Amino acid sequence: MQEVTQATMEFMKQYWAPLVCGLAIVAVLPLIVGYVVLVERKIMADMQARLGPMRVGPHGLLQPIADAVKLLIKEDIIPDDADKLVFWLAPVLSVGAALLAMAGLAIGPAFQIAQDINVGILFVVGVSAMGIFGIVLGGWASNSHYSLMGALRSSAQLVSYETAAGMALVCGLLFAGTLNVTSIVEAQRNQGIWFGLLAPVALFTYLVASIAETNRAPFDLPEAESELVAGYMTEFSGFRWSLYFLAEYTNMIVVASVATTLFLGGWLRPFSETRWLNFIDFFPPLLTAVIGVYCLMRTPKQPARVQQLFMLAVAGLCFAVAAVLASPVLVPIAKPSLAAAVRPFYAGIHGGFWFIFKVSAYIYFFMWLRFTLPRYRFDQLMRLGWHFLIPLSIINVLLIGIAMIVGVYYHLNGWRLLLATLPASIMALIIALFILALDQKGEAQKAPSRAPDSYA
Amino acid sequence: MASNTIAGTGEKQQTLLGADELILNMGPQHPSTHGVLRVKLKLDGERVIGSECLIGYLHRGVEKIAENRTYQQFAPYVDRMDYVAAVSNGLGYCEAVEKLLMVEAPPRARVIRTILTELQRIASHLLWLGTHALDIGALTPLFYCFREREEILKIFEKYCGARLTTHAFRIGGLQYEAHDTLEKDVERFCKAFEPRIKDYEDLLTQNRIWLGRTKGVGILQAADAIALGATGPVLRASGVKWDIRKAMPYAAYDQYKFEIPVGATGDTYDRYMVRMEEMRQSRLICLQAIENIPAGPIMAKVGKVLKPPPGEVYHSIEAPKGELGYYVISDGTVQPYRVRIRPPSFVNLQSFDHMVKGHLVADVVAIIGTLDIVLGEVDR
Amino acid sequence: MLDQAIFYLFAGVAVVSAILTVTRRNAVHSAIFLITALLATAGIFLELRAEFLFIVQIILYVGGIMVLFVFVIMLVNLDVAVRQLQFARQKWVGLLISLALAAQVGLMLWSSRKIPGQGVPVLNAVPADKLPPNSEEVAKSLFSSYLLPFEIASVLLLVAMIGAVVMAKKRT
Repeated sequence: MQEVTQATMEFMKQYWAPLVCGLAIVAVLPLIVGYVVLVERKIMADMQARLGPMRVGPHGLLQPIADAVKLLIKEDIIPDDADKLVFWLAPVLSVGAALLAMAGLAIGPAFQIAQDINVGILFVVGVSAMGIFGIVLGGWASNSHYSLMGALRSSAQLVSYETAAGMALVCGLLFAGTLNVTSIVEAQRNQGIWFGLLAPVALFTYLVASIAETNRAPFDLPEAESELVAGYMTEFSGFRWSLYFLAEYTNMIVVASVATTLFLGGWLRPFSETRWLNFIDFFPPLLTAVIGVYCLMRTPKQPARVQQLFMLAVAGLCFAVAAVLASPVLVPIAKPSLAAAVRPFYAGIHGGFWFIFKVSAYIYFFMWLRFTLPRYRFDQLMRLGWHFLIPLSIINVLLIGIAMIVGVYYHLNGWRLLLATLPASIMALIIALFILALDQKGEAQKAPSRAPDSYA
Repeated sequence: MASNTIAGTGEKQQTLLGADELILNMGPQHPSTHGVLRVKLKLDGERVIGSECLIGYLHRGVEKIAENRTYQQFAPYVDRMDYVAAVSNGLGYCEAVEKLLMVEAPPRARVIRTILTELQRIASHLLWLGTHALDIGALTPLFYCFREREEILKIFEKYCGARLTTHAFRIGGLQYEAHDTLEKDVERFCKAFEPRIKDYEDLLTQNRIWLGRTKGVGILQAADAIALGATGPVLRASGVKWDIRKAMPYAAYDQYKFEIPVGATGDTYDRYMVRMEEMRQSRLICLQAIENIPAGPIMAKVGKVLKPPPGEVYHSIEAPKGELGYYVISDGTVQPYRVRIRPPSFVNLQSFDHMVKGHLVADVVAIIGTLDIVLGEVDR
Repeated sequence: MLDQAIFYLFAGVAVVSAILTVTRRNAVHSAIFLITALLATAGIFLELRAEFLFIVQIILYVGGIMVLFVFVIMLVNLDVAVRQLQFARQKWVGLLISLALAAQVGLMLWSSRKIPGQGVPVLNAVPADKLPPNSEEVAKSLFSSYLLPFEIASVLLLVAMIGAVVMAKKRT
């Protein structure tokens, strides 16, 4: 009897736990994405001297739900001349690829769907790149020139920037020596330094390439609203459009997570191995508590009773999260005997916090760029990719490889590895600037006095 | 999908890789054709090999309406042409009819007209800057520009009760005396505006992407600009120092010191720089004007019923977008025999095809933006 | 049991979409079914615990088919192509070649049944967590026993790349 139970448990663990996790992601992610959009709109409003959504719920907190309901009940329009099957398939493909990529991520040491996948980071990158099919097919199937041009731009952009992103990932993987997501973070814990610090140029390259891959400004050419109306999504509306939207934001979360895992120490606290900096552990609960206090302070200012209650609820939620975050830190201080029992929870809870915190910071940077910079033109985008980013990333891989060999030779590890990698990064940067100068010089010579050929 | 022939000829034009050219219909419903402009683009991939502007979607027959209205009745209609610079439109019309009547507005009226028109120029340029930056993909300047434009519109509202289509001036002078705080309001705005221009320039002027998107794009050389009849900032950016405010001063412009900024190459970046500098100069004019607003009447002696002597007159002013001219013919009755309007946007739009050839689709919106057209004025 | 079900699912998808790839008249639809076939193959790789092969299949073909798509969309006049029956002329040749291939595979399977221990190697199934990490294994074998072929392939690719650049440069 016991054996049967155990076998059943094993079976459940093997097949059903991932399924449940997957379903949870599929169910919760749209909500998360909705709130990411709300946060983006709020940040945008803040940068643009206005308030942003304020009507639905206090400070627009219910806006994503209202938007989702609106999108769901909108009329579903498929253009007459569209390729119906492909038109139907394309957004699903996009969103499916994005969600599938989430499966390979590890948000904490404990929370991962495809747990022992050996090629973790490659899986995430490869599967999320498949979402491009959705964009190209959607653009083609719409039978509209704007959509088609958006689709073509998008495919060219992906092909150009995937290389740079891949090369940047290689730098991180050189340090990690594994493709497994969990092991990569463990390697950073063992080194005591994030790979982003060891290879800042790779981090930069990945940052730029990931913005281009997720079609975010200033590289949002496939959907440039002032040129191509909405690019590949021009003919999509309602629910299908929201699927594209979901895919785009999920992809943002995916690339941010990849960068966090590989370059920013995953779920590790900053200086996780430095004992005397352990007070950083108080930061997460304090942060959430401060947000809670702010909500509490704003509560009396809400115009309606319902909104006041809602604000109170948000404050309560913040305090609850703060309490959960504080418990693994405070319990060992209060009762040293429980320290060992609490330790695993610390890794899970604080790991999750730090991971989400870093991902948010990365996404915030995306948003910041979007509201600050104008959009690149297509030929400029290609030039940046091929003339600058790809050479830079390849040279960087080479130099980091040499630095690794030097590091092995002199038994450098941890922070001391910087001695080898820092000169490598600086050299890569100098070479990159040289390439840039060379490129611009060539351009200046080529530039004709009248009616410049933009393909030059 | 990509099979098309050149309209009319039926002949197939071969392009790179032997693919057919693509005809892209931009507008009249497109986010960045500034209203209802429709542009037919012939594309090779993303490069423009030909273009055609189709206009008339906002035609309201303003000139014809003029023939069936008295001179005063027609004045509000001109506000509806370039609706983002209604004050300038009104000034041109009022001065044209004054010329026909052979009266002159009193000095006080002329100074107040100058102040409001220059504020309007700043407002118009701000709207241009915001939308132009938006076309090129910078989202934020739009809101900054609207913040300042709002202040100007508040001054208009305080003066005459309307914000957009103001109908601020009357033939012969002004209907309303300036409100008590006009000087103070204008001064406060001008003080606040100086650092704000710096804000916009911080965001754009040195920005590498902005430079890449505007430098060398849509070059219009001086000779071409003159031949195509371009006026205003479009002409000046090509290096031609022509500004009606200096060349044929009207209102009270002869009393104030200001510079005419000119560009060198005539590309989109130069037009941007010229307009930015023009905003600074307009601010200076406003500051000079509020120093000393002469006292006295605000209305010249014109009758209740205007019956200009038979004759014709052409009067033009430097509107924010270029030379705005009114050609008014009177047959001695209370209604004009004919009013012909030379709208700067319409004439400037002519250079579009010349500027856009050989550029990419993304540059098309940059060039539409840099021409600063208002379709209400193009179509009238 | 589940493994078998998944295998037959993937295999069925692969075969059906491969057939559809050649029978669809619309070139874009063909390309979609080609991806489906390749992804189903990738799925079979994954089931064999060949994770590295699985992901490489996906990554390479995403890029490859992407380019194919662009070419199809840009260069093939789809309106005309839809009306024609594709590959009509090579029908008999194609049939012959595929029959020959099928015969070869069948022969191999049949002979492997006859002579135990030879032909198709059947490994003893090892539990997933006991397998050596296969991307590392691939890397080790590539950089030790197969270093020369690997380098030759790299040089070949480099030559192709340089050739493409030279040809593109000549154009402008």
